[in-house]
Amino acid sequence: MTTPRTSPPPVGAPVRRRADPADPAGPSGRGAGAVDLGVRSVRIGPVALPVAPRSVLVVVLLLALAVVVAVCSVLFGEIQMGFPRLVATLSGEGSAFEDYLVMDSRLPRVVNALLIGLALGMSGSIFQTISRNPLGSPDVIGFETGASTGGLVALLVLGSGFAGASVGAVIGGLATAVVVYALALRNGLDGLRLVLIGVGLGALLLSVNSMLIVQADVYDAQEAGGWLVGNLAGASWDGVGWLVVTVSVLCLAAVGLSRPLMIAELADDSAAGLGQRTDRLRMVAIAVGVLLSSIAVAAAGPIVFVALSAPQIARRLTGASGPNLVTSGLTGAVVLVLADHAARELFQPRQVPVGVVTGLIGGAFLAWLLTREWRKGHA
Amino acid sequence: MSTLSGDGTGQRLRAEAVTLGYDKRVISEDLTLAVPDGSFTVIVGANGCGKSTLLRGLARLLKPRSGAVHLDGQAIQRYSSKEVARRLGLLPQAQVAPDGITVADLVARGRYPHQSLLRQWTRDDEEAVREALAATDIGDLAERLVDELSGGQRQRVWLAMALAQRTEILLLDEPTTYLDIAHQVEVLDLCERLRTERGYTLVAVLHDLNLACRYATHLVAMKDGGVVAEGSPADVITEELVEDVYGLACRVVPDPECGTPLVIPRKNVSTTPSAPSEEETR
Ligand SMILES: Nc1ncnc2c1ncn2[C@@H]1O[C@H](COP(=O)(O)OP(=O)(O)O)[C@@H](O)[C@H]1O
Ligand SMILES: [Mg+2]
Repeated sequence: MTTPRTSPPPVGAPVRRRADPADPAGPSGRGAGAVDLGVRSVRIGPVALPVAPRSVLVVVLLLALAVVVAVCSVLFGEIQMGFPRLVATLSGEGSAFEDYLVMDSRLPRVVNALLIGLALGMSGSIFQTISRNPLGSPDVIGFETGASTGGLVALLVLGSGFAGASVGAVIGGLATAVVVYALALRNGLDGLRLVLIGVGLGALLLSVNSMLIVQADVYDAQEAGGWLVGNLAGASWDGVGWLVVTVSVLCLAAVGLSRPLMIAELADDSAAGLGQRTDRLRMVAIAVGVLLSSIAVAAAGPIVFVALSAPQIARRLTGASGPNLVTSGLTGAVVLVLADHAARELFQPRQVPVGVVTGLIGGAFLAWLLTREWRKGHA
Repeated sequence: MSTLSGDGTGQRLRAEAVTLGYDKRVISEDLTLAVPDGSFTVIVGANGCGKSTLLRGLARLLKPRSGAVHLDGQAIQRYSSKEVARRLGLLPQAQVAPDGITVADLVARGRYPHQSLLRQWTRDDEEAVREALAATDIGDLAERLVDELSGGQRQRVWLAMALAQRTEILLLDEPTTYLDIAHQVEVLDLCERLRTERGYTLVAVLHDLNLACRYATHLVAMKDGGVVAEGSPADVITEELVEDVYGLACRVVPDPECGTPLVIPRKNVSTTPSAPSEEETR
């Protein structure tokens, strides 16, 4: 970058530079003017936005990848289909079987996976930023388990239907978050404390879930199984409209929180010194994050690993600090479509719930993350 | 409220009879302090005497239980947080760098109070960041990860973040801790230049009394949450004051380099702060 530095204020010079005021590059032989800050200012009218070329590239590539992965998941599997037939089916000219395969079975499943993955990825990013800890994800600290507890209570104890169970899931998720944060808050938020309390409460809620199922009668228990392990097998178009609306609104809210969250990621005093109060912001962000993960649970049951891994993958892709919300959401969408494809096809003629697949990968990932955090803590 | 009296009297920032504390514990009671405009005000005092607490109060991070901090003629609580951050910068004593953040990224966050949803990153921001990097001599480190830096380098990164904020009042809590003597002097020289060349007002907590005396235009000595003396270093730093504030018997002689007070601890004298008998035997 060679910004013409018309009048660089003299204060900018370090002391040692005084010895040679004629050297504009400073003592290092390399002026700060030559430093690549990693962002460009892009102006459109009165709007001036920071654009990090690499992040933009990653978002574009992830969008493309999400489309490719989604299309492939519809085309390939035990039953294969050519792209021209897909186009024909989508325009209403497919056979009855093709119509069933695409419109009733695979496509709604893929669309659900995209939306739920997006929600989980963003939710994970929000929580990891707030707790300043990669383990502070809703799937690790019990928020997804809490949401499924809420769903189960509504379904089995209160005897409500599907809609009631969804509401129960959201309430369950919110209640869990309130309890965990209330216990973790003490003179500001301690990320590690939050993780430990969340893991503990999550384990407790998991037993509660099993107990609820065991107590229920056989028919109910079978129906409620999806609340124990996330599953997209029965996904239909029914809830998609709702998902699109709620997830878009919440994602927009999350993106709006992106910049304040980036500041809140610093210690509370540093953030306050920059004019960002963390207490209220944290509450709003938690609300958005819990709603996102609870809605995901309401739609498909608890799916672990996506919220945990997506932000970590996203950060390695962009190389940028901060919450990387959009990248995390897109990564979550891609990861969940892939995981669900594996759940659908790898064990044919049987299908396993996607929650089992993500649980397997997630366990390994968690172990890796724990060793890394442990080593860092003891470096 | 007659808060306007603060205008024009040369005290943009002052605390009036503030009581500061945490939960039930009161740290400073009824403390009054005016920071002279364009001064390099240095706060000294023993560990835990409330220096950081005072800075937090001055920066609106801690709401006084009674009394008020005034900034530019108004109670500081009446400004928005961002407005305060555009007028007054703070380098807290302890900071946490986010995982995997680069130096340039972190310094750029200092621009936050100047940004809005529409104007998130302008040429001004870029220039301020470059200038802050150059001023703290860390241009070479811009693309490095903060986690990988030495303590001294990291301290300069945080200072650069505060400088990028471009506020005319800067509160620095122990800006020279972790720095070797050369970098301590460099940071203090930088502060001095900000003051003389730009008219900045600086408030810093320092532990090195000799450097404090050399650089301060206004020295504030604190003990148990209160101000025990303030004024020019030559007036404030006496053998009695050091004994009182730190419980340290010492000699104060003129610094051969600048003539400011130089504190030399006495040899073979027990330094128990709470032993009153010291006073008589000395
Ligand atoms: N967040 C806090 N909560 C409760 N007490 C605190 C907090 N921060 C500091 N203190 C207490 O306030 C007193 C003054 O601390 P501080 O202002 O940090 O001292 P200094 O900066 O002069 O070393 C100390 O006794 C300390 O234990
Ligand atoms: Mg302190």
